[in-house]
Amino acid sequence: MIVRIAGEGQYDVDDSRLDELNQLDGAIEQALEAGDEQAFRSTLTTLLGEVRSAGTPVAEDEIVPSDLLLPHAEATLDEVRELLGEEGLIPG
Amino acid sequence: MSIMKRMADLFRAKANTALDKAEDPRQTLDYSYQKQLELLTKVRRGVADVATSRKRIELQLQGLQGQSEKLAEQARKALSMNREDLAREALSRKSGLEQQIVDLKTQHANLQGEEEKLTLASQRLQAKVESFRTRKETIKANYTAAEAQTRIGEAFSGISEEMSDVGLAVQRAEDKTAQLQARSGAIDELLASGALDDVTGSQKDDITAELERMASTSDVESELARMKAEIGPGPDATPAIESGSGNAQAPGQTGATDTASAPATSGTQPAPSSDAPATHEGEGQR
Repeated sequence: MIVRIAGEGQYDVDDSRLDELNQLDGAIEQALEAGDEQAFRSTLTTLLGEVRSAGTPVAEDEIVPSDLLLPHAEATLDEVRELLGEEGLIPG
Repeated sequence: MSIMKRMADLFRAKANTALDKAEDPRQTLDYSYQKQLELLTKVRRGVADVATSRKRIELQLQGLQGQSEKLAEQARKALSMNREDLAREALSRKSGLEQQIVDLKTQHANLQGEEEKLTLASQRLQAKVESFRTRKETIKANYTAAEAQTRIGEAFSGISEEMSDVGLAVQRAEDKTAQLQARSGAIDELLASGALDDVTGSQKDDITAELERMASTSDVESELARMKAEIGPGPDATPAIESGSGNAQAPGQTGATDTASAPATSGTQPAPSSDAPATHEGEGQR
């Protein structure tokens, strides 16, 4: 699957890592709901690290949409909320 | 639904809306290509802007560091003239500057990181735009409007996602530089004002003026001391002059002064005895 880290580029990550990523993603969602900036930051850092180490960077001239998209490393809670926009935190 | 998936979908939805609106997807390709070129220009300008801010900070850092070294030098000078008050003032100004320097260094590292990220983003975008152009021409030459619709789907949402991402990255960089501009202006004012005197040294600050005044006084004093030494007996005069030149000699000096003061009490050598108290006074202030 293709994973994009905002502001950094895309990585091709093996599908076998999906569970691992989903777990961290769940923790990020919790942090977002709880408004826990510290938990959000540390989980995001771990998640980004996982993607970078597990994935292979997509070639620069390859044009492919991403299956998953992650906020950039310095993103704040508010920034991510804003990106998710009208959908809000409760998925429709 | 997962955050990561939702964010990817949001980016993709944007691309699909644009594609659905178009009557002939082949026109969308040309339009998108124009937008890509515009974005590429914008990113390059962004890189240049960040670089300009970074260079400005480098100049300010040089200025502040120069000021700081000058103040340290002034403090040393003041101390050598036994003016601890003046040295204290110079050092306290220096410590204020050091704080600014630390702040500026952080900002500098920040901007450098931003510049690197944007440069890489601009390279990625350029490679993708190039690749998109080739694909676009192939599709236009070989497929009807209906066929093109399915052919360009992936490429279009792919490039659209890249553009959204790069667009946001440029925006972030611009916000960051704008924030720094205000603080940077404050430092410029500080450097220009008398508070941290002129780097070029064209205008004398108060500490320099005081040191120079003292230097001329102390020139007279040392000249006097030297003359007294020439006239008076050798052994006593030597330690008096060297007293200002270093602490390493202090023990020997004290011994010499003590022996000098001993004969003085006997009243046989009036000239050196007037020298001895001056030496003690100097050491006492340090």
